[in-house]
Amino acid sequence: MFDDLNDLYQQVILDHSKSPRNFQKMEKANRVAEGKNPLCGDQVTLYLLMEGEVVKDISFQGSGCAISKASASLLTDSLKGKTREQVKRLFEEVREMITTGKINGDEIGKLAVFAGVHKFPARVKCAILPWHAVVAAMEGKPEPVSTE
Amino acid sequence: MNTDGSIAERPKNPIDWQALRHDFPILHQEVNGHPLVYLDNAATSQKPRLVIDALRHYYENDNANVHRGVHELSSRASAAYEGARNRAAQFVNARSANEIVFTRGTTEAINLVAQAWGTQHIKAGDKILLTEMEHHSNIVPWQLLAERVGAELVYLPVSCDKGLLDLSRLDEWLTRDVKLFAMTHISNTLGTVNPVVELCARARKVGAVTLVDGAQSAGHCLIDVQEIGCDFLAFSGHKMCGPTGIGVLYGRLERLEATPPYQGGGDMISTVEFQSSTWNKVPHKFEAGTPHISGAIGLHAAMDYLDAIGRENIAQHDHELAAYAYGELARLKGIRLFGPHVGRAGVVSFLAADVHAHDLVTVADQRGVALRGGHHCNQPLMKKLGVESTARASFYFYNTRSEVDRLVEVLKEIQKFFGGNS
Ligand SMILES: Cc1ncc(COP(=O)(O)O)c(C=O)c1O
Repeated sequence: MFDDLNDLYQQVILDHSKSPRNFQKMEKANRVAEGKNPLCGDQVTLYLLMEGEVVKDISFQGSGCAISKASASLLTDSLKGKTREQVKRLFEEVREMITTGKINGDEIGKLAVFAGVHKFPARVKCAILPWHAVVAAMEGKPEPVSTE
Repeated sequence: MNTDGSIAERPKNPIDWQALRHDFPILHQEVNGHPLVYLDNAATSQKPRLVIDALRHYYENDNANVHRGVHELSSRASAAYEGARNRAAQFVNARSANEIVFTRGTTEAINLVAQAWGTQHIKAGDKILLTEMEHHSNIVPWQLLAERVGAELVYLPVSCDKGLLDLSRLDEWLTRDVKLFAMTHISNTLGTVNPVVELCARARKVGAVTLVDGAQSAGHCLIDVQEIGCDFLAFSGHKMCGPTGIGVLYGRLERLEATPPYQGGGDMISTVEFQSSTWNKVPHKFEAGTPHISGAIGLHAAMDYLDAIGRENIAQHDHELAAYAYGELARLKGIRLFGPHVGRAGVVSFLAADVHAHDLVTVADQRGVALRGGHHCNQPLMKKLGVESTARASFYFYNTRSEVDRLVEVLKEIQKFFGGNS
């Protein structure tokens, strides 16, 4: 059943959307940013603890579709211990993959489960939303970021 | 269903709804490898061949600018454009074609009233009454006006469980300082049919001017502006088998005459001098520039088409199909339904437990079923209902019971897909 959809909703995505990792507010966070998709009401808040250039800890809260939730969950799993530069580079690779399906670079790792999203243009924003929020948090932008 | 939400009697000669599907070329295609089941009619309806042909005929035979030329083609185009105005007047039972202003759609019609009429007649401290189930297009123009003139917006509450306006408290909201009451006839999210006749009568008692948003009702039931007793009515062609980019503002003649121009330009003037101008008569005063001539002609064809079927029959069909869908969905486990239990128009909003509306519509689309998922341009209502979004199936007369069955089948698959993996 739904072979066509297994590309989009891979088991890992369904799993992370149902039991998201690092899904809590972080009291000791020194960077916070919110992302919103006004079209469907998805909302995500990213909490970062930065030590110098390094992401020491990261968590998120929010509500949204399976894709945006899983994206936020896997993102928090992948970014711990990375430097600001590494996060930005990974964001570019992830963005490229989600919009074209092409995987360039070897940093992607298990984020590769989002490669199928490019076949569903209406859902690209869902997957990218938490990434916008994390970059905004690192930059210390005070305003919520929006996909629109 | 009638204007007041009551159910009309069954037509004497049952209509072959299945046969009407052949009038719509677009319906006969596969989407993602499955027959298209189009259930997003509240967003826009599909177009019958007759409407498409009317546009083509106009461009192939009569195309010219209106009211400007003395040549034959211009006369034909002008006659066709004004013919559409006459037809629209008849369609809503206006007293005269002068009460019909062509606009881009419902949104522009409401903006016209808010900007032109509102700026002249709404003063600081006045209240504008809306309902909690309004589409953004019947909220934001009033917010802009209220901000400009210093008026206050107040909202008649909706009960979350029944999806109905709380009329027992209408007097609390409809006070003497309410100068305008704008309400939707049919809710695009809840499917509620509001008692517009009563609401307008109550508004008149306190001297409030009324605007009815007919976007979801004009092509779905008989509309009689004299019976409703509204001052303004707005609707869109594209939701009633007509083209996009054309809509109607009905305004009672006295109201339109007391309204300054909306936009300036050609056609809306009588004389222009370098420093000042005088305005053309109503309704031309509100139609600056070359209008959407082909759109009006297409809308004329759509109105003829709908009335050949009979809008009372369409209302009955919508209502029966929505009731059937509501019943079938209610039998599924884990489905939460929104809006009134009975007497609804052809709109059913719902959520499936553990499946976000956005995921649901993506998967349904993979099965050829076109639904809408989101806030339906009703963000304040969503907030009140305590949800971010819903999935919505909205019906028209070319939808069938077997399409509802297909929807239910696909929903079961979706629940299994998302639930079975936990
Ligand atoms: C109740 C209601 N009002 C207004 C509108 C706006 O109509 P349009 O976008 O055609 O101007 C819609 C359509 O989305 C609607 O459903």
